[in-house]
Amino acid sequence: MLRIAKLPIAVFTVLIIIFPWVAREISAISHYTDIMVFAGIYCLITIGLSLLMGYAGQISIGHAAFFGIGAYVSAILTVRYGLNPWPCMLIGMIVTAVVAILVGTPSLKLKGHYLAMATLAFGVIIYIIFNEEVEWTGGPDGMPGIPGLSLFGFEFDSVVRYFYLVWGFVFAAFIFTINVIQSGTGRALRAIHASEPAASAMGVDISRFKIMVFVYSAILASLAGSLYAHYLNFINPSTFDLFFSIKLLIMIALGGMHNIWGAIIGAGLITFLSYEWLYYFEELEVVVYGAILLIVTIFLPHGLVGVPGIIRSWFRS
Amino acid sequence: MNAVREENVLEVQGVGMAFGGLMALSNLNFKVKRGIIKAIIGPNGAGKTTLFNVITGSFPPTEGRVRFNGQPIEHLKAHKIADRGISRTFQTIELFDNMTVLENVMLGCHTRFRASFMASGFLLPHSRQKEEQIRSSAMKILKFIGLGDKFNEPADSLPLGEQKMLEIGRALASEPELVCLDEPASGLNETETHLASSLIKAINAKGITVLLVEHDMKVVMNISDEIVVLNYGQRIAEGSPEEIRNNTKVIEAYLGSEA
Repeated sequence: MLRIAKLPIAVFTVLIIIFPWVAREISAISHYTDIMVFAGIYCLITIGLSLLMGYAGQISIGHAAFFGIGAYVSAILTVRYGLNPWPCMLIGMIVTAVVAILVGTPSLKLKGHYLAMATLAFGVIIYIIFNEEVEWTGGPDGMPGIPGLSLFGFEFDSVVRYFYLVWGFVFAAFIFTINVIQSGTGRALRAIHASEPAASAMGVDISRFKIMVFVYSAILASLAGSLYAHYLNFINPSTFDLFFSIKLLIMIALGGMHNIWGAIIGAGLITFLSYEWLYYFEELEVVVYGAILLIVTIFLPHGLVGVPGIIRSWFRS
Repeated sequence: MNAVREENVLEVQGVGMAFGGLMALSNLNFKVKRGIIKAIIGPNGAGKTTLFNVITGSFPPTEGRVRFNGQPIEHLKAHKIADRGISRTFQTIELFDNMTVLENVMLGCHTRFRASFMASGFLLPHSRQKEEQIRSSAMKILKFIGLGDKFNEPADSLPLGEQKMLEIGRALASEPELVCLDEPASGLNETETHLASSLIKAINAKGITVLLVEHDMKVVMNISDEIVVLNYGQRIAEGSPEEIRNNTKVIEAYLGSEA
C-alpha cells in the first residue's frame, strides 16, 4: 500500500523550524530566510500541482493564472476597498475555485497535449486581463501599497515571522495532501492516471475527481498568490506570465512528479537557483532551465526523488 | 437490494450500435437469467467487445434498451453502472500498473466505500477505519483468487496469467451482481486456463451471474449454462452448449459455408 514515511516529515519539520536561527548565525546565508519565504510560497503551488499532475496525471500550464488571481483579489480588495487581508485571502480562494470549475469542467475532458494547450491558453488570457484592466489592476505598472499581515495584533512584519507563517501553511497543505494520497481518493486519482476505462468501470466518477483535484490545486495556488502579495506589498503582471507556469512545471519535473516530496525539493531548488545561484546568468537563466528540463526528462524521469532508487539498483547489479 | 428480484438480471432489447456507417451491433436481443454463466461467442469482429462496452456504459447504444434488474441503464455513465452492480474485466489488460496488487483490488472496492476528499484530507477517524475495512476485504479477495502472497508486488510485475486473475479479482471487489469477463483465458497456457475456468465456476457458485466473452471453445463448452452466438453484430443462435455445438448456422459462421 502507498505509505509515505513519517520520519522524513519529522526531520524536515525540525529543519524548517531551526532554519532562520541557523541562517542568522552564518552571514553568508543570512538572507536565505527571505528566499525560503518564496520557496515556501512556491511549495504551496507545487504540492497541489504534484497531486494534479503526478498522481492524477492531468497537465496544467495555467497555474500562474490561479496564483495571480489570488494575488490580485487580495491586492484589489485591500488597496481599493481597505478590507482586512484575511477575508480577502479567503475571497481570493473562493473566486479561484469558481474560475477553476468554469475552466476545468470543459477542459478536463481533454487529454494530454490538448489539456496542456487549453490550460496554457487560459493562463495567457488571465495574464492579458491583469495587464489591460488598468483601473482594477494598475496594468503593467502593478499595484503598490498592499498591506502586510497581522493576526490579533501580532504583526508578521519581519522576514522570520513571515517565514513561519508561510511554512505553517505549507505544512498544513503538505499533511492534508499526504492524507488524501494515502486514502481512497488518492487511489482513485492514481487509477485515473493509469487507466480511465478501468477506473470508470470500477465506479470512479472520473470527471468529478479530476475537477476536485484541479480546484484543490488552484485554491492552493491562490493562497500562495495572496501570501506573495502581502509579503512583497507590491505585485505586477509579469510575475504571473506563461514563463512562471513553465517554471512551476520545471519545479515538479526536477523534484519528481510521482512523489509528493518532489514538489518540495523541486520548488526549493528552483527558487534558490532563480533568486540566488543563477543571478549572474541574467537572461541566460532561461537556457539553464531548458537544460534542466531536458536532462531530467531524458535521464531522471522520476526526478531527484528517483535518484536513490537508481543508485540502489546500481549497487544491486 | 431490489424489492422484486427479476428473473433476468440483464435484458438486451433491440440494441444497435453504429460507428458512422458501420453497424457493429444491430437489433440485438437476449436475456441473462440470474445466477447462470452465459457465454457470448462469435468470429472476430462479431461485436462481442462492443456489446460489453455498451452494457458497461463505455458508450451508449445508438438504439435499443439495456435493462439491469428491470431498470434501463443504457443512458448511464460507466461509473453509475458500476454502482448499480455490474463489473467487468478487459480483453487487453487494463490493470493500474502504478499500483500494487493489493491496491488494484482495493480500488475495486471504490463503489462500496465512498472516498471523501475532505474526510480523507483531515484524516477523520471514520476514513481511517474505512481504509482498514477496504484492506481486509481486498485481502480476502486476493486469497480467493490465489494471489494472497503477492499482495505487495507491483501489478505489472505479475505474469500474464496472474494479471488476468487480478483483473477478475478487482472486478469482484465491488461485490457485483453481474460480472462481465472479456476473454479471461486468452493468452493463457493450459494449466492457467484450467485455473481460470475453475475460478469462474467458483465465482458463479457465490451467486454472481457471469457474462463471458471467450474464444477458447473448450472453456466455453465446459462452464457455460447458455451461449449466444453473434456474427456481424447480429444474434445467429442462442441455447445450451449442446444445441450450439450442433447448430449449422454457427458452424457456417465459423468455418464458412460449403458451396
